[in-house]
Amino acid sequence: MVAPAALRVVRCGGSALHGARAVFSLAGGRRAPSDPAGPSRPSSLCRFLLCASGDFVKMYSVATEELVRLLRGHSDLVTGVQLAPHNHLQLYSCSLDGTIKLWDFTDGILIKTFTIGYKLLALYALPTSEDSVFVIIPKRGERDTFQLASVKLTKAAGQDTEAKEVSVVLEGVDVSPKCTAFGRECEYVASVKGTNLQVYFFKRKQLNRFSLRAKTAKGGNNVFTCVACHPQEDCIATGHADGKIRLWRNFNHKKEYTYSTLHWHHDRVMDLAFSAEGTSLLSGGVESVLVQWHSGSDCKKDFLPRLGSAIEYVSISSDSTFCCTSHTDNRITIINSNLRFSKTIQGLIKAREVKTGLVVDPRTKALVLNGEPGHLQFYCLQTDRQLYSLDIVQQEYIHQAGLNQSDLVRVAFSAQGKWLATVEERKETDLELQLKLWFFDEKTQSFKLNTRISMPHEDRITAMCFRDTDELEDDSLMLVTAGRDCVFKVWVILEDTDPEAQQSLSWSCDFVGSYHNYQATNCCFSEDGSLLAVSFGETVTVWDSSTWDLKCTFCHPPGKIRNICFGRLTCSKYLIGATDHGFLCCWNLLSCALEWSAHLNIIVLQPDPLSEHIAAVSWLLKESSLFVFKPSEPRPICIQRKLCKEKIQFAAFVPRDVPETIGSEKYLWLRRSQLFFLTDRQELMTVSTKPLEERLTLSSKQLAVEESLPVTAFSLLLGKHRHQQSQGSVDFGKVIHHHHEQDSPAVKELLHTPAHVLPSASFLCPIFINSLLISKENKSAEEVPDEVEMESEEAEDDSDEENNVTETKQEDTVPIESLGETTYKLSKSEEKELRKIRKVDYSWISVF
Amino acid sequence: QAIPGHQARSVEALCWAAGERLFGAGLSGDITEYDLERLRPARAVDGFGGPIWSMAANNDGTRLAIGCEDGSVKLFQVVPGSVQFEKNLDRRKGRVLCLSWHPSGTHLAAGSIDFLRVLDVRSGRTTQRIMVNYHVPKPRKHECVVWSIAFLSSGTIVSSDSFGRVQFWDWERGTLQDSHTVSTSAALSLAVSEEEDSIVVGTSTGATYQLQLLPVKVGSQEKRWVRTKPFQHHTHDVRAVVHTPMALISGGLDAQLVIRPLMEKVQKKSYEAVLRKFILPHRRLVSCARKARLLLFQFSQHLELWRLGSTNKTGKDGEVLPVSRMPEHLLQLKSKGPEHIYCSCVSPCGSWIAYSTASRFHLYRVQHEGDSISVKKVPGVPKLLLPAYQLQCSSDSGRLFIGSDRGSVHVVQLLEPGGCKHLHTLRPPAGTREAVYLLAASADGSWLAAVSGDWEVHVYSLKHFKHHCTVPTYSCAVTALAIHPATNNLVIAYSDQQIFEFSIPEKQYTAWSRMVQNRGLHRLWLERDSPITHIAFNPKNASQILLHDIYMFCVLDKSLPLPDNNTLLVNQSTLKQLSEPARQRQLHAFKICKKFQPLLFADLLDERCLVTVERPALDISAELPPPVQQKKFGT
Repeated sequence: MVAPAALRVVRCGGSALHGARAVFSLAGGRRAPSDPAGPSRPSSLCRFLLCASGDFVKMYSVATEELVRLLRGHSDLVTGVQLAPHNHLQLYSCSLDGTIKLWDFTDGILIKTFTIGYKLLALYALPTSEDSVFVIIPKRGERDTFQLASVKLTKAAGQDTEAKEVSVVLEGVDVSPKCTAFGRECEYVASVKGTNLQVYFFKRKQLNRFSLRAKTAKGGNNVFTCVACHPQEDCIATGHADGKIRLWRNFNHKKEYTYSTLHWHHDRVMDLAFSAEGTSLLSGGVESVLVQWHSGSDCKKDFLPRLGSAIEYVSISSDSTFCCTSHTDNRITIINSNLRFSKTIQGLIKAREVKTGLVVDPRTKALVLNGEPGHLQFYCLQTDRQLYSLDIVQQEYIHQAGLNQSDLVRVAFSAQGKWLATVEERKETDLELQLKLWFFDEKTQSFKLNTRISMPHEDRITAMCFRDTDELEDDSLMLVTAGRDCVFKVWVILEDTDPEAQQSLSWSCDFVGSYHNYQATNCCFSEDGSLLAVSFGETVTVWDSSTWDLKCTFCHPPGKIRNICFGRLTCSKYLIGATDHGFLCCWNLLSCALEWSAHLNIIVLQPDPLSEHIAAVSWLLKESSLFVFKPSEPRPICIQRKLCKEKIQFAAFVPRDVPETIGSEKYLWLRRSQLFFLTDRQELMTVSTKPLEERLTLSSKQLAVEESLPVTAFSLLLGKHRHQQSQGSVDFGKVIHHHHEQDSPAVKELLHTPAHVLPSASFLCPIFINSLLISKENKSAEEVPDEVEMESEEAEDDSDEENNVTETKQEDTVPIESLGETTYKLSKSEEKELRKIRKVDYSWISVF
Repeated sequence: QAIPGHQARSVEALCWAAGERLFGAGLSGDITEYDLERLRPARAVDGFGGPIWSMAANNDGTRLAIGCEDGSVKLFQVVPGSVQFEKNLDRRKGRVLCLSWHPSGTHLAAGSIDFLRVLDVRSGRTTQRIMVNYHVPKPRKHECVVWSIAFLSSGTIVSSDSFGRVQFWDWERGTLQDSHTVSTSAALSLAVSEEEDSIVVGTSTGATYQLQLLPVKVGSQEKRWVRTKPFQHHTHDVRAVVHTPMALISGGLDAQLVIRPLMEKVQKKSYEAVLRKFILPHRRLVSCARKARLLLFQFSQHLELWRLGSTNKTGKDGEVLPVSRMPEHLLQLKSKGPEHIYCSCVSPCGSWIAYSTASRFHLYRVQHEGDSISVKKVPGVPKLLLPAYQLQCSSDSGRLFIGSDRGSVHVVQLLEPGGCKHLHTLRPPAGTREAVYLLAASADGSWLAAVSGDWEVHVYSLKHFKHHCTVPTYSCAVTALAIHPATNNLVIAYSDQQIFEFSIPEKQYTAWSRMVQNRGLHRLWLERDSPITHIAFNPKNASQILLHDIYMFCVLDKSLPLPDNNTLLVNQSTLKQLSEPARQRQLHAFKICKKFQPLLFADLLDERCLVTVERPALDISAELPPPVQQKKFGT
């Protein structure tokens, strides 16, 4: 185990998928060598969609829309991904951290890192220039001026090389990668900025500039927004802010250039893409309609409407069989060549404003926050995908500026996730409020509306919480809402005695509390549910939840209370409060006295549900700092200053599936749960102790350990079985062992693999039957290989703390967890045997 | 200049052949040659094929081909003084709507409904017949009219049809090479540039499109026709287009002629590079009886006489005064026969009306008796007067001047009560073949200026009925002229917007005119499109000249300094905001008012009254057949 380095802020999943144009890998990507399947496999199965997402490059399967691989290694936003022109199994990616990395994306290996030393804002890899790529870099010494430069990528051996041969090609280009495009056979490059188009011919070294008037007489707006070049002809397509598309021809003449206009979009053309043959042109804009123009004619066009949200990028695979559109709501839509909607990959939806905060669904451990307008999205952090979106407001959302529509403002889950409470509000002339209570229906596996309470408070609801008690008894369940109308209300479940009523349970108000006519701002239950803390202005009041007596009050004048929370586990006698006057206070509930206080401008206070740690984020001097402390000790356990430059809005502790092994005492609080936080630019971040380099080496090591990397679900399945066959009875035992855990991998695979990629039933049958048999063999002997595997898995687990890359690993971790605590002594002969098996398995690697 | 029309002869095709000879053909079935000097049809030859829909002359202008209603294509030879029937080419059913010669003159392409065909001129046979109505969406599978056709030297035939397509055909194989749907409605007209690398197409939506032959790749031989620029200058059908090396010229049903220069061909930004629009006509169609306050409007088939309304109130600038007496329609005078009225005039006292068609001259005596009005035709009009190109009454209503052909002006004495007598015929000393098209008489009745088609301005003395002098010739057409009532200076406006003042008694340009020529006029003034159509003078202030064209009315004050190119030409609105001393400094000779909708006529009635006649463009388009409806976004 490498000694953990300092805490790092990592962009975790949920980053924008539309950081750059996505690329399709070529058809017939290399399959795993252990894959026995012949070439009869449909080509689309081997296709991947590679897109930049935060610091990573994500690889999705085009056929199943599954995240296949995550390419990690950049330390800042990835700004461009491009297939290597001479080896379509390799990928270039560039990032703001100033490096270009070359990946073997099918295996997830980082082949090379080229350090450029500039912030790289876009990347273009061309088939004609073998050893150089084009990047957009900021101009030295000038702000907001960017230039297109070509970078020579040396072929020197070694993983890390410095590429210092940077030669500027074009000055004054736009930052956006959409605003520069390379033409037919890379003879020229076209770049647009403002109302200027410049075309540079590489061979003749001739630069032609064309400019348009900013405004036309008819009110058009001629500002360029994007550019694309015809792959076969000398034709440049440019998109404009008024929705026009111009097709430029004859631009090798300074004067006799000419253009024709295509006009359908009513607003800004966001992106353009030519098909591989150049016969059709795709364009997208805020109308969320993909338009296909045929042969540059204004009259022949096809549409794919209702794509959901504004199109940010359009890209086409190199054989035009697929195209994809990246949308502003963090979604990628894969579209067939005949303009049929095929697949969609949904990332974390960026809501216009996250009002609900970050809430963790106790049932799925998913992050819950505002999604589409009026919807609640459930986002799984482990698989980095949206689980589902729950329509809360249940009203048609009308896209119109200045229209006030209902929006979701508060969300709370009961402890086991059985109940969900939501608050929506609409501010017209007077406020409309609705409190909705949702019951999780086990049958339909979704939330069902149980009670709707309109105007639960006279004014805005500021906080809402459930009492965290055993939910077996519905009677003890309790919901508290605090409102600006100076009261807090307690809601309980009533059993309806009327037999004709459709549902037997409903919620109603049980108690209304107030304190000196101050606005209630926060509420919080203690861990055992016996005490309720409600903050009113400058005062925190503590109430007995059974009798609703005011027990005691705390205050720290003159600051108003911003956040409160109870300590947990051993620290449950403490109440923590943060004031907007810049103080963090800890009160002892037993002595009713201030235990300690610290001068900190805390904006987020988040207790860890699984430990006594509390995370607090302060905002000072335009920097966010993280403090983690136990209420019992005034000294924080961990201080991370300058966590990030953006203001952190919300934070949440998400329980880990597997407790992580943390070397340092300082970061022990990260063992059981992971801290996520959302900045005001709606970027989801997490903290990690793993250094960057470690991840890299391990990810390549991981390749060596795993024989067959799952290229697709199909090859994963087949490859695994092949592997099992080679291991013979050893694996057989493993299967049986798993059966004891009640989830046999064979059955699981059978059920989880799409039917159309399953091998023949005759192949699957023996495995399936075997999996049902109960083994009576000696377990300790059988579990030996498992343990070996476990070691590797553990290493792999360290390498990526966010999630497991493939399903197999997830399955495997289940037994390992139980095994990890007991140690088995292996006899020497057994060890030898095992090594032999390993050697046999490694042999194929040399083939690569 | 205009050639007066004829009701029975609508012109469907025009072409220049054999140098400067203009031929027209129309639905009357005749080929008509026009006499450009006397501005009338010179001779007509019957095509014997029913109405003629199209006509084309070959490259050297020796042969004319006509396409007739019955589907025949006939060849005519252009011989000096006439056209001669040469031969009939192969006849197929279906009217021939368009014709185009191959540049070598060996083949003809003819377009009709649903098909086009190629005819061998020598043998007269149809060598290729191409159906054009394929590849049409099912519900629109009705007839496909080939509206226009062009035969390129490479053997490609370009056709534009009623489905809005421009199609390129290989004539030898009869195959479609390329098809561009430029419009959802019909593509009506087509013109090819001389280098055959650019085509302009006019459509029935009023848009014109340019197609260009461009190389697919730099340096490669492969070229392709690409639709490039759309131009929307018209509101109605674009019926005719011409492609000159420098510009695209289009004319349509909305009575506008638009010259759109091709920017890439223009070397530098100059007057040439400006888009120009012409709204016809540039002739005077309104005449005014100043004393009687009558206006005479000339229409193509009739005349209307109106009495002006009046007001008894006064108001400030910008106010609309209430009318105390409504304008009154007095009289409508219908011309007899199918010919159109060419010119008309009303005498200042309002009791004489004269008009002329291509073949007849009519003079009427109008008698006002209180509110009733009676019209009597004046008998005994001299026969020698034909035809009249311009009519003008002297200011005392005693004489009528008739501009006629060969530069002659007839002077007719109008006798009370209702008679006339031919006094004299004035002729230029050198003699000319061109007709007189503008006349101006002086207020004192002693001078008459006449402009003939060769743009020579002759001044005659009416006292002695003899030629007085000739204004030095200028290389532009005269658009308006008038003689100053006090100084007898002749003010001449030319089509290049230059203004000259010529002193008749001194037979030379005045000092002011020389000064204007030395200083030069304002750049914006010279770049205006529409010519000055009328000149009048302010009787109160001798130095003020009143000019107008279609878009503006201008008071030219000779006493004020001329503006130079740096000052604002149209400065009336800015002047209003300035203080009095500052205004004095900013004043210059041109006082321009642009608030008019297309201005047809403006004249001073008396020293305090100005009458203007507007012809709003909207009114013109409202009378036209509705254009093809086009959906605009958001409506």
